[in-house]
Amino acid sequence: MPDAPGLELIRGEIEQHHPGAVLDTSFDRGQAALVVDPDQIVAVLSWLREAPGQEYGFLSSLHAADYLPAAPRFGVHYELLNRDRVERLRIKAMLEGPRPAGPVAAGDPPPLPVAKASSGGVPPTTPPAGDTEQLPEIDSCVELFPTAEFQEREVFDFFGIRFRGHPDLRRILMPDDYVGWPQRRDFPVGGEPVRFTFNERNYG
Amino acid sequence: MAEAGLDNRDLDSEVMTINIGPHHPATHGVLRLVVDLEGEMVRELKPVIGYVHTGIEKSCEANAYWKVIPFVERMDYVSYFFQMEAFCGAVERLVGLEIPPRAKYLRTIFLELNRIHSHLVWLGTTALDLGAISMLWYCFRERDKILDLFEMATGQRMHTRYFQVGGVIEDIPLGFEAKLREFVADMPVRVGQYEDLLDRNEVFLSRTKNVGIVSRERLLELGVTGPLLRAAGEPWDLRKAFDYLAYPEMDFKVPVGTVGDNYDRYRVRLAEMVESTRIVEQALDALPEGPHIADDRKYVLPPRSELSTSMESLIHHFKLVTEGYRVPPGEVYYSIESPRGELGCFVLADGSAKPARVHFRDPSFVNLQSFRDMSVGGYVADMIASLGMLDPILGGVDR
Repeated sequence: MPDAPGLELIRGEIEQHHPGAVLDTSFDRGQAALVVDPDQIVAVLSWLREAPGQEYGFLSSLHAADYLPAAPRFGVHYELLNRDRVERLRIKAMLEGPRPAGPVAAGDPPPLPVAKASSGGVPPTTPPAGDTEQLPEIDSCVELFPTAEFQEREVFDFFGIRFRGHPDLRRILMPDDYVGWPQRRDFPVGGEPVRFTFNERNYG
Repeated sequence: MAEAGLDNRDLDSEVMTINIGPHHPATHGVLRLVVDLEGEMVRELKPVIGYVHTGIEKSCEANAYWKVIPFVERMDYVSYFFQMEAFCGAVERLVGLEIPPRAKYLRTIFLELNRIHSHLVWLGTTALDLGAISMLWYCFRERDKILDLFEMATGQRMHTRYFQVGGVIEDIPLGFEAKLREFVADMPVRVGQYEDLLDRNEVFLSRTKNVGIVSRERLLELGVTGPLLRAAGEPWDLRKAFDYLAYPEMDFKVPVGTVGDNYDRYRVRLAEMVESTRIVEQALDALPEGPHIADDRKYVLPPRSELSTSMESLIHHFKLVTEGYRVPPGEVYYSIESPRGELGCFVLADGSAKPARVHFRDPSFVNLQSFRDMSVGGYVADMIASLGMLDPILGGVDR
């Protein structure tokens, strides 16, 4: 792990090559993290991978987190690793939450699929969430780190974050026709309605 | 045949897309493969996953930290101790809890026993795929001994919930050490027997040697870790690279292969079983005395005996069981070497008693991306062999 001064050095070097790319640094519990402008994420990642003295050539993990009350809501995390120096560095790109688009008034929450489960005999008519909201977007790093292919698909599947330039951005663990982004914090833990004899006619 | 017009079709060069799975004994779980075949050659392959996705990561967010442990154990159901260690270790780093030396050693012992257990399941089922049925019975015989040991120490054969934040829930019982020493003496002999059965078996050799080769550089690009990467000649092992548990004090080797074919993968895992036995033996010899769990009452349950005599302990017990402990805000990524590679656990704490996000970087999930490189251009039968040697656990892939 780079220590706190080392992290500031890395920040300074990135600033020379990509001005304005690093928004913040944090050194917490022995783990170093850089908060990076999402528009420059691929440039920063490729600089960290290639630049002499950095060479973070291994992407251990790519995952996302939803910091719901916070203003840039989603964080996409890149756990980089330099295997020679055995150093980890976390890169975070913070993304704004989804914006409702089209006829839906600003401020209305997007329709949640669980609500329709209790609506009796009405078959689900809600259009896929991708049609009613503008999904947050970030550039894909699959060309830089091919390992990110499945992991970016997983982030898309669970958080509805679109990766521009991903070769095959489809849901990976949830069914293809699933509506909603289950790992978001405002997505309730609901459950699939189970079809029993007593409620069979509700499902037609 | 001829009058049906089939002779016009060139069956050898026609590309046929077939579907293998999701339920197929050779897919080692609920994995579906969409394969383009030209004759018997694999031209394109796509794994389709998600059939046993149970939303464990989402469920974790609705439960107190100590209740998350049984959930995460059920992801990769063959290496449950590793899931526990990844999660407990991450939470310990979040709250800044140091675990006592005895707990470190006990955890090391159980992790390595679990590694042997996991490799035995892999060896038995993979050899079964390649036609060596007797291997399954031999491997499961030794696996049962490990499960007996787990049962003796933890009360459960699988999903033991033995590791707790702060240490392990109970000390090992009387008689456990003798039984473990018996196993440790026995295991290297058994591994030698497996080698005798397979290493000169012509069918096994011709089906594994020079099959499924992926270069070291490509594996690193794909993020592959664990025995698959070591079989390609890269001595990368998180137990050596990072300082966690009792591994820095242990003397063990990291077996590596040279070619990176299925045979090397088999040899590396077999050698790892022997090395794990050595680690267990050393940890048992050096097992320090002292408490098995940290003495921080804000995070660790008080001993049962104190509940009837100490008001403080009763209050702590009540608070811990009802609400759980609150973890100061922050985020931690903690990774360990599981039998399949780098198992990482990311925990985001928001200051409440429940985690705001638990993510597992499962090695099977990432390693599965290399399956296409292993199989395309080979025979469909070799694809099944490569899948066995890849050793994915679909519970871990789908979570």
